Amino acid sequence: MTTHDDVVEERRNFLYIATGAAGVVAAGAAAWPLIDQMNPSKDVLALSSIEVDLSKIPLGQNAVFLWRGNPVFVRHRTEAEIAEARAGDTADLADPEKDEDRVQKPEWLIISAVCTHLGCVPLEHHGDFDGWLCPCHGSHYDISGRVTKGPAPLNLPVVPYEFLDDSTVRIG
Amino acid sequence: MLKNIKIKGLLAGLVGATIAFSGATAAESTAKHPERHHYESAGIFGKFDIPSIQRGLQVYREVCSACHSLNLVAFRTLGDIGYNEDEIKAIAAEYDIDTIDETGEVTSRPGIPADYFPSPYANEQAARASNNGALPPDFSTIVKAREHLSFMPWSSVYGEDYVIALMTGYHDEPPAGFDLLEGLFYNDAFEGNQIAMTPPLSDGIIEYADGTETTVEQMSYDVANFLAWVSDPTMQARKEMGLKVMLFMFVFVVLLYFTNKRVWKKVKKGEDIDPSEV
Amino acid sequence: MASENKFEPTNPTLKWIEDRLPLMGLIYNSIGGGYNVPRNLNYWWNFGVLAGFMMVVQIVTGIILAMHYIPNIDLAFDSVQHIKRDVNYGWLLQAIHANGASMFFIVVYVHILRGFYFGSYKAPREILWFLGIIIYLIMMATGFMGYVLPWGQMSFWGAKVITNLFSVFDFIPFIGDGIVNWLWGGFSVGQPTLNRFFSLHYLLPFVLVGVVILHVWALHIPGSTNPLGIDAKGKHDKIPFHPYYTAKDAFGLGVFIIFFAAFVFYIPDFLGHPDNYIKANPLVTPTHIVPEWYYLPFYAILRAIDNKLIGVLAMFSSILIMFAMPWLDGARVRSMRFRPLSRFFFWLFVANGIFLGYLGQRAPDDILWFGLVATSYAQMATFFYFAYFLIIMPLVSRMETTKPVPTSIAAAVLEANKKG
Repeated sequence: MTTHDDVVEERRNFLYIATGAAGVVAAGAAAWPLIDQMNPSKDVLALSSIEVDLSKIPLGQNAVFLWRGNPVFVRHRTEAEIAEARAGDTADLADPEKDEDRVQKPEWLIISAVCTHLGCVPLEHHGDFDGWLCPCHGSHYDISGRVTKGPAPLNLPVVPYEFLDDSTVRIG
Repeated sequence: MLKNIKIKGLLAGLVGATIAFSGATAAESTAKHPERHHYESAGIFGKFDIPSIQRGLQVYREVCSACHSLNLVAFRTLGDIGYNEDEIKAIAAEYDIDTIDETGEVTSRPGIPADYFPSPYANEQAARASNNGALPPDFSTIVKAREHLSFMPWSSVYGEDYVIALMTGYHDEPPAGFDLLEGLFYNDAFEGNQIAMTPPLSDGIIEYADGTETTVEQMSYDVANFLAWVSDPTMQARKEMGLKVMLFMFVFVVLLYFTNKRVWKKVKKGEDIDPSEV
Repeated sequence: MASENKFEPTNPTLKWIEDRLPLMGLIYNSIGGGYNVPRNLNYWWNFGVLAGFMMVVQIVTGIILAMHYIPNIDLAFDSVQHIKRDVNYGWLLQAIHANGASMFFIVVYVHILRGFYFGSYKAPREILWFLGIIIYLIMMATGFMGYVLPWGQMSFWGAKVITNLFSVFDFIPFIGDGIVNWLWGGFSVGQPTLNRFFSLHYLLPFVLVGVVILHVWALHIPGSTNPLGIDAKGKHDKIPFHPYYTAKDAFGLGVFIIFFAAFVFYIPDFLGHPDNYIKANPLVTPTHIVPEWYYLPFYAILRAIDNKLIGVLAMFSSILIMFAMPWLDGARVRSMRFRPLSRFFFWLFVANGIFLGYLGQRAPDDILWFGLVATSYAQMATFFYFAYFLIIMPLVSRMETTKPVPTSIAAAVLEANKKG
């Protein structure tokens, strides 16, 4: 049996719930701009690609470029280094990856220069594997940028890039 | 009594505010009050008039940009007025952007979308030297900087209207008795009526990509629309969000009204008061 | 009164916390069911809560804008434009903060005038009133420094004019000479000025929060006054804050947000000045320097007086005089509902204040009516302003025959119901 009081009660509860729900929606909608404003702004996003002239990097050398506020290594690898990198495919790796999957052209290795441990920049021509050594906590990377020793959990990631022509690459 | 106070307060406030602000732009001025034009961007449902803004961009690039900078506008933002990525890249690449090469020499490179419209002059001194001592103002916020809003719509000056009035306000001859200084031009929309800017537009001075006739009026209208977008690029997003917020708030306030009424029902009637105890 | 409904959580976890830190009880007794409030508060009593809301809005949006703003004279203007153009929802947050300042002042002005009308400054609420004036002064300082930050033409020249006010104190030995240079950190408004104004603009709101807490504390000692101005006596005169006034305030807040949103979304620049869309230029003074609307009446008082020192003193006294109100007003009855003559002068005072605001934004030598310039009218209005406090209020309040006051709030409610 529904009495008149029950109907009134129900109507009142519905009103209170609807008002409360609208209040929650309003608070949520108001909170979003406050959060989203911390995300990268339009001008920062627009600067997310750089072009690199490869003709200026001699064989066997490493060049560093700033991309999205972080350094990027562009390594012009020698035949011997490529062979060493390919040989490293079979080693016992923390983050197994084939060297051929990490390059578009074997002589150009283009990777992030941010150690996957805690963000320092590894030193080139250092370490036990002819690649890089991170001075902060001693992570070693081979000539393909793969972690071979130390606390870093992952390989130095390959950044997105595209060859515009033989001597120009666009990163980002 | 309660109502009385409210109404009085409201009236005093309204009358006072109206009086107070009606004079905001009434200060003595030698400039003619700009005529009001119709814009698609006006009103609470206003939208950017993309074809007109694109034509205005063309006027800016081919005429105004010879003297006026647009320091705060990046090429990438042209996406907001209907250009696609390739078109933006092509426009940006037409500009030379200063940069420093490996040897430390200042050189230039083609612009990219992330770049800003380069200034026509190296610095303020160069700009003044080329313009008879006058500084052509930057256009990034020009429409907002010329907008004087008032409670009285008829005494408000809208930035777009001002741009049109200025572009079409030149007279070949100043009125009799007006003492025009050497090198200046008579313009009835400009404060003081003499302006250093050479009349920038004339019929047919450029050719629109879309074939629209390039009368001075048409070009003024288009460049006004363009500069309005430049000054307030988030206008449309603002009004669109405003509509949603308003609709939501009206519903919410109705709910709050009835909730409040329901909560107060007994108290309002005084049902909980025992008259013998008062 | 408050002890009638005590906060006693039944949930054991909440009880465990409450026994150790009675925070929930504090909230309950401040704005919850534990705070008993006169049952007859009208919508003018919403404005205190609205002011609190605006304070929170300004602090939240301000902290966010400070994440993107750059206090450097070469970059400040551009960084504000960067916020409006590039930062996600930056245009919204900037518009809320800029218009929020005006909204904050609107609700605070209504809140203050409500206090005038209903005698909220009278015993035993004097300290509550003083804290309110201090809040208002901090708001003015904060608003002024905030307006300088965008570094537009009006920012720069407003800063220059207002800081120059302090040069009137140059007759004070030792500190007088250097006081303006000390404020500026240089020989004009410049980089050090902008930097310190930014720092203080960030600091003062938190000082404000502190004083607001004291203000609310002081409010809870005697409790809210009410439109009848009589003390709440029995339990019939009061009702708990929650749910009654939370519901009423929520509704008022909703209406106010619509008003606020109309500015933010449709006329965000209406209350601003177009010259602030022009980057500050120390070589070019705008033809007509006007402060933000909320300072206009005081600006008019400043300019009404030909002598710089007296003008500055008059301007400061026009606010400080409110400290004397509890003693200037000698009426036994609080509410102007029962003081028709006081009420008449009150509305005249409000109209005069708005008129002063109007004069504040006219050029001093503008000829207005009957061949008199704005300054002449400002002198008359300034005279009335001070006469209201120093002559009208003391005399009228003591001499006026008041209308009969109801015996209790509950009786008045029953009486109103009888009339229908």
